[in-house]
Amino acid sequence: MDLFLPDSGLVVWMLLAFGIVFAILAKFGWPVILGSLQKREEHIAESLKKADEAIEALSGLEQKGKDIIASAEAEQIKMVGETKALNQKMIDEAKAEATRQADKIIASAREQIVKEKEAAIAELNQEVVKLSIQMAEKILLRELNDRKAQSEYVESLLKDNTLS
Amino acid sequence: MNRIKQLILCLAVMLLATVASPLYAQAPISADTHEKAQAEEEKGFNTVEFLFGHIGDSYEFHITEINGKPIAVPLLVIVRSADRGWFAFSSAKLEHGREYKRFFIPTEGAYKGKVVEKDQYGNIKRPFDLSITKNVFGLLLSCAILLTIFLLMANAYRKNPLGVPSKGQSMMESVILYLEDDIIRPALGDKSRRFSPYLLTVFFFILVNNLMGLVPIFPFGANLTGNISVTLVLALFTYVITNVFGTKTYWKDIFWPEVPVFLKTPVFPLMQVIEFISTLTKPIALMIRLFANIFAGHMIILVLISLIFIFSAAFPAHASAVGGGTAVLSVLFSVFMYCLELLVAFIQAYVFTMLSAIFIGLAQHEEHEEAHEEIPVETK
Repeated sequence: MDLFLPDSGLVVWMLLAFGIVFAILAKFGWPVILGSLQKREEHIAESLKKADEAIEALSGLEQKGKDIIASAEAEQIKMVGETKALNQKMIDEAKAEATRQADKIIASAREQIVKEKEAAIAELNQEVVKLSIQMAEKILLRELNDRKAQSEYVESLLKDNTLS
Repeated sequence: MNRIKQLILCLAVMLLATVASPLYAQAPISADTHEKAQAEEEKGFNTVEFLFGHIGDSYEFHITEINGKPIAVPLLVIVRSADRGWFAFSSAKLEHGREYKRFFIPTEGAYKGKVVEKDQYGNIKRPFDLSITKNVFGLLLSCAILLTIFLLMANAYRKNPLGVPSKGQSMMESVILYLEDDIIRPALGDKSRRFSPYLLTVFFFILVNNLMGLVPIFPFGANLTGNISVTLVLALFTYVITNVFGTKTYWKDIFWPEVPVFLKTPVFPLMQVIEFISTLTKPIALMIRLFANIFAGHMIILVLISLIFIFSAAFPAHASAVGGGTAVLSVLFSVFMYCLELLVAFIQAYVFTMLSAIFIGLAQHEEHEEAHEEIPVETK
């Protein structure tokens, strides 16, 4: 049995078949597959690099954002502080103004009162004078009507005067 | 030192080759006579026929036997008679020793099992035989499978070069990338692009055929990589590629190495002859390694299975008990062997590819690399 000797028919078929398969795959198979594999490898490497860069950029952005937020917060705090101070100031000013106004009103009221009082006193004085005169008039009139009394009175007066 | 090793290796391989071929050629004959005696005694199981029938080639694809009737797929016989030209017909026409157009398959003699031609004077001649035998059928099938897989894959890449690969695609990818990155590039460096198509084709060709050889059912099961014709052609491809693309330095190293002139110009150019033979030993080693590994693996599995029948034939009184007992062991062992063969299928494809890559890579070295290697040789 010639198992260990090459068989010419099979050698010919093998040369043909393997040669054709090799030629076809070398032309249409492997270059495409290997090329794509390499292309994809490069693509993946590049994508990873880009992703890294993006992450880095993102972390920069994040930092920036944080900074912005922090500064905004600081600003806010500052502004709130300022507002509060302003508010206080306004309140204080208003209070002071109000006090001043009140004082002024009170002062003028007081002045008014004084004036009114004086006027009232003056009027009262006049009234008193008028009333005294009227009373004196009336008394005079009545006294004059009553002779006896008059004389009595005169006498008393005289008496007093003499005494004194 | 390296040279001496090479020389010894070369001589050993030559010796082995010259001793082995008559040895192997004789072995079946002695086995044949032994088998005849055995067959006469037992009239049972024909071990040698069973073994070589499965490992060897045939004109039909034998599937099984039912009630002593063989079930086989006939294949195409293509022969060229020296005086009558080409013939092509179904192997069914030659079944059971029948004759068709003066062609027949003898069951004995030098051309046992091969299509021969009887000329008008009754002389038996072997025509030029290009039949689609079981092995050729397996070869064509494996080529079709390879082309289908890789052309489909290439098509998938062409359509969508940057897309996510499918499951099968990424499985193949991992193998291809492993070969590219761990075998081809280390051996060939910048020139890997030039040779990787060949090396990848060889790897997948051997792998597919190894695996197909392990499947024992009809369209598969041809023992292709365990056939010396196939490994011969594969080794020939590696040899041709190594030498055709070999650099000037490589050839100079063979025919005019940097050694003192008196060493390389004796009356008989011994050194050149040895160096030239050393280029041949590499592919011969490739050829024999792949062939012997796959052949031996198939042989072991078949022997394990045939043990069942041998033992039951040896004890005809308790044939079923002995056969049954042996069957358990045989099946266990052959399952183990099958697992091992599965591993060997990958390893041998890997080894062939790796060694081919290394041989091609060695023929690619340039002047400056070589200078360092030659200094110790001169000082010797």
